[in-house]
Amino acid sequence: MNRKILLLTLILSLTTLIAFAKTTITCSGSTTVLPIAQATAEAFMDGHPDINISIRGGGSGVGIAALINGTIDIACSSRPMKSKEITQAKSKGIEPIPYAIALDGIAVVVHPSNSISNLTIKQLKDIYTGKIKNWNELGGPNLPIVVISRDVSSGTFEVFNERVMAGAKVSSSAQLLASNNAVTTTVSTTPGAIGYAGLGFVSSKVKSVAIEKIIPSEQTVKDGTYKLARKLYMYTNGKAKGAVSQYIAFIQSPQGQKIVEKQGFISLN
Amino acid sequence: MNRRKGKNTFWIMMMILMLIITAGFLVVFIVRIISLGAPVLSWKFIVEPPREAMTEGGIFPALMGTFLLTALAMIFALPSGIFTAIWLTHYGKPQWLVNILHIIINTMAGIPSIIFGLFGMAIFVNLLGFKVSLLSGSLTLAILALPVIINNTEQAIHSVPADFSEASLALGATTRQTISKVVFPAALPNILTGAIISVGRVAGETAPIMFTAATFYSRSLPHSLQDEVMALPYHIYALMTEGTHPESQVPIAYGTALVLLILVILIDATAIIIRSYMRKKRQW
Amino acid sequence: MKGIKEKTFQAIAYIASLLTAVCLIAIIYGIFHDGLPLFQFISWKDFLFTNNWYPVYSPPGFGAWALIMGSFYVTLGALIIALPLSLGSAIFISEIASPGLREIAKPVIELLAGIPSVVYGLFGIAFLAPLIRQWFSLDTGLNLFTSSLILGIMVIPIICSISEDAMSSVPHSIREASLALGATKSETIFKAVIPAAKKGIIGSILLGFGRAIGETMVVLMVAGGAAQIPKSIFEPVRPMTSTIAAEMGETIMGDLHYNALFALAIVLLIITFFSNLITEIVFRPKRQK
Repeated sequence: MNRKILLLTLILSLTTLIAFAKTTITCSGSTTVLPIAQATAEAFMDGHPDINISIRGGGSGVGIAALINGTIDIACSSRPMKSKEITQAKSKGIEPIPYAIALDGIAVVVHPSNSISNLTIKQLKDIYTGKIKNWNELGGPNLPIVVISRDVSSGTFEVFNERVMAGAKVSSSAQLLASNNAVTTTVSTTPGAIGYAGLGFVSSKVKSVAIEKIIPSEQTVKDGTYKLARKLYMYTNGKAKGAVSQYIAFIQSPQGQKIVEKQGFISLN
Repeated sequence: MNRRKGKNTFWIMMMILMLIITAGFLVVFIVRIISLGAPVLSWKFIVEPPREAMTEGGIFPALMGTFLLTALAMIFALPSGIFTAIWLTHYGKPQWLVNILHIIINTMAGIPSIIFGLFGMAIFVNLLGFKVSLLSGSLTLAILALPVIINNTEQAIHSVPADFSEASLALGATTRQTISKVVFPAALPNILTGAIISVGRVAGETAPIMFTAATFYSRSLPHSLQDEVMALPYHIYALMTEGTHPESQVPIAYGTALVLLILVILIDATAIIIRSYMRKKRQW
Repeated sequence: MKGIKEKTFQAIAYIASLLTAVCLIAIIYGIFHDGLPLFQFISWKDFLFTNNWYPVYSPPGFGAWALIMGSFYVTLGALIIALPLSLGSAIFISEIASPGLREIAKPVIELLAGIPSVVYGLFGIAFLAPLIRQWFSLDTGLNLFTSSLILGIMVIPIICSISEDAMSSVPHSIREASLALGATKSETIFKAVIPAAKKGIIGSILLGFGRAIGETMVVLMVAGGAAQIPKSIFEPVRPMTSTIAAEMGETIMGDLHYNALFALAIVLLIITFFSNLITEIVFRPKRQK
């Protein structure tokens, strides 16, 4: 009796498997790029029913590692690959090729009730190293600063690290969260918090502060005056071919870039 | 005397209090999941794939993924586990080998599930090149389930009275015949219960599949063992930590949790019912 | 003919056992093989006892003290919460409740033990953490306290179920003798039943310990993710399990960070092994009786 059920289940699952033969593209990496990847994937799949795209997050580091390990088609990254990673990739026979798919500005966010509206890069660095511990040291409310950062796989963190921290260590009492969204959610519910996230994740729940008196916007990101502007990438092994190149071309097309903007990011041109 | 009576009443009150607090926690927990998850549930939720950046639609690929991962893991683990238990109980020689095997199995039964995930990623995904796939995930889950299945089967076999096998052998049956016709059928209810509970455990595991099988978003069902799959537990985790539109995605997470909860409870309840039914029917 | 069937059956069973042994040994071997190389870079003393977990900086730091302590703190907190509740409930179910109540309670506890940990994690991050943040006016609800609370609730069914089994297996004669000598019910429980069930109860606590220290999803979602020694129970922590889960995806096979995570796995393996060993020792003498 049990064997019959087992057999039936087996046959059922195998038929389900065979019935849907499709080409699959696997994509993983940056949580910043995730909403763009998902939205464009949906639109792309609507137009190409014979192609299936499977998307995972995990952070830019996860995507790049998977590309280097040879287990993924596209690595989504919110930062350029480091030279160390490129060397590692080449030593494993992987040739990483970057495709820029959008522009973004890393917004520094605080709780809406916080009166601070501008920070210098130096102040930001001192906050994140733990040197400045209270908002009143910056002319703000008397509230201890709750530092929110990203964990090691985050490309957003890497860019922040490079442009703001310049290699200094983030205070050990900082909370390391797994995604842009976790950061904005935490900041929106914690009065003394400060965090950073891609522009697409800034909503009315948090307040975005100006950096060096420049507010992140489409204008300031495109002309480079916003200090934390960056490109978002998709990396492939070798030049993109077949379904993968169709997908990336779609994202870079005007239709794809409209989706990029709808998700709150900035188009390439 | 009155002081002792007073102490008695006090302690009994304390015990009742403990039970009430425990029950209270668990009730709040379950009520919360049900109240936030139920509004999201519908037939469409179960049979449709996610849409609009996971803010709408259903969880069908995740349901299918969990089903496939669990089924495959059991296909790998059950025969190996049961036959290992048979060898340990009936053929085990030399004794030191049996002892070492027992130590290893018991240790593995207690190892944190994330370590299986780490191992699975290192060996199946990277070293053997299976990539993040149904195959890697189910193999990892199979290894996770193996020690529990072995221990449970062994216990079930041991609980069959020795006279059964002795009588069988005395009548001239071989070991194989004794096992397949006498011991195994007698132990079957307990083996079955244990197997079903393992199914429930495997379906709910997240850590082993995080980097060996699971994907955040995929529209169609996997069409080969090489494909990534969505899975119910991973879906909950991903929506809560990487979700891009929390307002609509948190309710979906609750809905998924409710589906998973119902699934696991149904599976476990089936096991418990089978066990008590079989126990009543048992003639020894 | 019989001979071949016999031999084949035995061979299948033997092969299955070998397969199992190979798989399980492969895991142990693999963990050590990929974890030990870390100690060419950093001494095991530094690894275990310094608080310097910065795996992606140059030069990287692999001092895991805060992570190891994080695991222990969270487990301790969980046991503190779980022990009185589960033992109290177990005593109630085994000694005080009516048989009808017991018939309902036992299967219910077994069902609760099967709830997937990610569901507990969801409850923690979406409901309990914001609540605790409000109640105690904290900066964040994702901390040691909240995760211990959830972990404790998770572990209760395990400890309760096994302790209850141990207590109800105590022969009635012991209870009856105690009551006949004039003891009250609570005195009987504490001075007669519990000492008799001592081994089973201790075993259940060890099992709960093992489950709590190995738990990943709950701490990943609820403990906060700060690799530090918390100065109060309301600060975030980062146990070993959530560190592995959070960082394993971004490691490249063969590099130091990869080795470091496997080194953490070695620590967890050793802790599990000893916890198991102690449980075996506690449980085994029972059979000799």
